[in-house]
Amino acid sequence: MSNTANLVDFPLRRPGQPYPPDQYADFRAREGLVWSHMPTGAKVWLVTKYDDVRAVLTDPRISSSPRHEGFPSVGRTGGVPNPDQVPGWFVALDPPDHDRFRKALIPEFTVRRIREMRPSIQEVVDHRIDGLLTAGNEAELVSDFTAAVPSLVISALLGVPHVDRDFFEARIRLLVTMSSTHDERDQATREILRYLSRLILVKQKRPGDDLISVMLASGAMSLQEISGAAMLLLIAGQETTANNMALGMVTLLLNPQWIGDERAVEELLRYYSVADMVALRVATEDTEIGGQPIKGGEGIVPLVAAANHDSSVFERAGDFDPSRSARHHVAFGYGVHQCLGQHLVRAELDIAYKTLFERIPKLELAIPVEKLAFKYDGVVFGIDSLPVRW
Amino acid sequence: MVRVVANPGSCIGAGQCVVTAPSVFDQDEDGIVVVLDEHPGDDELADVRDALDVCPSRSLRLATD
Repeated sequence: MSNTANLVDFPLRRPGQPYPPDQYADFRAREGLVWSHMPTGAKVWLVTKYDDVRAVLTDPRISSSPRHEGFPSVGRTGGVPNPDQVPGWFVALDPPDHDRFRKALIPEFTVRRIREMRPSIQEVVDHRIDGLLTAGNEAELVSDFTAAVPSLVISALLGVPHVDRDFFEARIRLLVTMSSTHDERDQATREILRYLSRLILVKQKRPGDDLISVMLASGAMSLQEISGAAMLLLIAGQETTANNMALGMVTLLLNPQWIGDERAVEELLRYYSVADMVALRVATEDTEIGGQPIKGGEGIVPLVAAANHDSSVFERAGDFDPSRSARHHVAFGYGVHQCLGQHLVRAELDIAYKTLFERIPKLELAIPVEKLAFKYDGVVFGIDSLPVRW
Repeated sequence: MVRVVANPGSCIGAGQCVVTAPSVFDQDEDGIVVVLDEHPGDDELADVRDALDVCPSRSLRLATD
């Protein structure tokens, strides 16, 4: 354990644009890990070097389960739901418990399956842009496009009726906001699970070609677990994609020379790493990461944005430069929990960027970039609104 | 000669190898890694090494026969 003079408060305020916080560079320059103080009063290890983040995410002595004493939380409350409240929240399960969920779902997220989905994603994107163009020559791009596209895509994939988008959006927002209270989170979780349980009963009688029906047919999960897994996929598919898409739009508007270049997608994933502090961990026994001894029961926060801005791995890491090879970034995590939907995210971003700028070439920000409202209070980094005109 | 070896038992189907070295790796119907070409040419080896590096479950290696 390092001395308390090194104790820093975490989470840090995110500067927005550019990104991420300057202090990450100072943290990476330190020996070992950074001992920090969370809003809950807990102390945790922050991990900011690329190699250390990959080591944490593959160490069998380090767990993803909030059932273990010392598991961290980035907000005032929760963060990861308790597996007893949301069985099936499989990102919070360790192998081998975790594996039956992943095995049942990976056939639906292979590179080939996602390629086959591209025409339906294109249709969603085209339809939203038709709407923007019909409505006039200005828009609020977050609600009209960047939040809508991933929401339509993931709802269709899961078999959730899209008419209920507002119901889910309001509750998901509470779950991904760091300042939400315990009661707000609990209620939002209960309401989402209740809705999904009812939907699952319908799918049992009339199966479709959606993920809920796939999970039912797999026989690998209980009905309660399917509700929890569906809730996880809904939130993960929505929040990260939507925020990355919106931030990417800003960056491309500021760097128009990269519009239409498909390498921009991977570089934007690296640059923003919106799920910076999502992969929370706890040591279940004594271990060591990057020369830093860690005791069993100590919380660990591997920061993927810090790792993806490690200049020993990505030259001039602070520059947005799609000509670099960024594929080894850890924006989707690393280890057995690496994002199941990563190819879906790439497809959505690629199609959204290409089509939007192709069909609305005169698109520009309607307010100065300094005035943009970034999600400082979001578990996932992003932007609240993005006024544009053309 | 260098040979590509995959461990389907530890593979989690992330598909990173498929997008990194598409002529050498594929996924079967269950999403699990399949080696298409055990002895890739020298021009493909750089991509194969990248695939080894990005594999999140560390299920790939190069063996020398």
